[in-house]
Amino acid sequence: MISAEQIREHVLHARPDAGLELISNLCPSCQDSLLVAAEDAVEVARLLRDDPELRLDYCSNVTGVDWPERPVRTPPGSAPAGQRMRAEVAARPGCFEVVYHLFSMSLKHGPVVLRMRTENRSDRVRLPSLTPIWHSAEFQEREVFDLYGIRFDGHPDLRRLLMWEEFEGHPMRKDYLPPAEDDVREPFAAARNRMVQ
Amino acid sequence: MGRMNCSMDQELQNELSNRGVHVTSLEWIYNWGRSNSIWPMQFGLACCAIEMIATTMARYDLARFGAEVYRPSPRQADLMIVAGTVTKKMAPLVVRLYNQMAEPKYVIAMGACAISGGPFRDGYNVLKGIDLYIPVDVYIPGCPPRPEALLDGIMKLQKKIREQKLLGPDRPRHADREASCDYPVPDYGPNDLIPTCNAYT
Repeated sequence: MISAEQIREHVLHARPDAGLELISNLCPSCQDSLLVAAEDAVEVARLLRDDPELRLDYCSNVTGVDWPERPVRTPPGSAPAGQRMRAEVAARPGCFEVVYHLFSMSLKHGPVVLRMRTENRSDRVRLPSLTPIWHSAEFQEREVFDLYGIRFDGHPDLRRLLMWEEFEGHPMRKDYLPPAEDDVREPFAAARNRMVQ
Repeated sequence: MGRMNCSMDQELQNELSNRGVHVTSLEWIYNWGRSNSIWPMQFGLACCAIEMIATTMARYDLARFGAEVYRPSPRQADLMIVAGTVTKKMAPLVVRLYNQMAEPKYVIAMGACAISGGPFRDGYNVLKGIDLYIPVDVYIPGCPPRPEALLDGIMKLQKKIREQKLLGPDRPRHADREASCDYPVPDYGPNDLIPTCNAYT
């Protein structure tokens, strides 16, 4: 089993200037992941797929994550005792993230978790599409575009997948508000009461 | 043949019946025939459809009720079993299929989703009950309902059909030339379907 740290070093050995960061996971699952800079993503992805020692030829899953802007808390103990109540520092800017789960069918290892982040949640939400590398990402990137509003540059057919074309907004964003229930049922009940009377 | 709903004297009716002459009302024989040949439309939307399919198979055998002939075309179907979650994207198509069915036609809302949206009611993409757009005759609760529950729903519908009048002020829509059967197909809007419901009686 090849670890995420080993994969990172392997990639950096081939491409020393690639922006590739290890995000370790301290949960029992220990599923460390690799955060790749958007500008290097296609090159790194091609390397992961074609490198004879990695051969990550199968992208099983693509999904999105919405990280709203939130305060970053100083870990306990690092702030002086008197300042613990004021330990919150500047808000961490929000972003959208795409997560790719990669496996190797030929070398039988995986999953390798590859992540990309947008610059913010409002106007800079473009990321390179990895569909040219793994064709199986096509529909799933469309779904991420549909539900999170991340624009994938280089995607062959970036249309909504689940919602209809006329739909506005991206329902899996944390600030999306669905139509209120009262807006539907109350006019219905009122209309029915009128008809009965 | 059971109780024949006509104003004739019961003893005379039995006497004639023993001699092979059956006297009944047109309404009774008409409803008897219809209630024993309810042809459902062959379409399913979610997991409830699996239970619906199981109901038609040998173990539960919907054919006992004359309702096993699932029709692949709405033109030939009498009953629409809305079996499963109706998403807002699918709702206009379901209403269009209902409009394409010939009168008399009936709707069974099978399962929590078709009745009210069920566990997805608070979501952004699921219709809060198919009765917002088309009239439902029988509601079958469950998630999903057992095949026995669907059979019970079919029997309830048969009972309803047998009690329908052909004449009179409370006759059903299909027997009333003046009655409106206009069920507009909703459009896709920027946030929700437009309109969000149909006003019907």
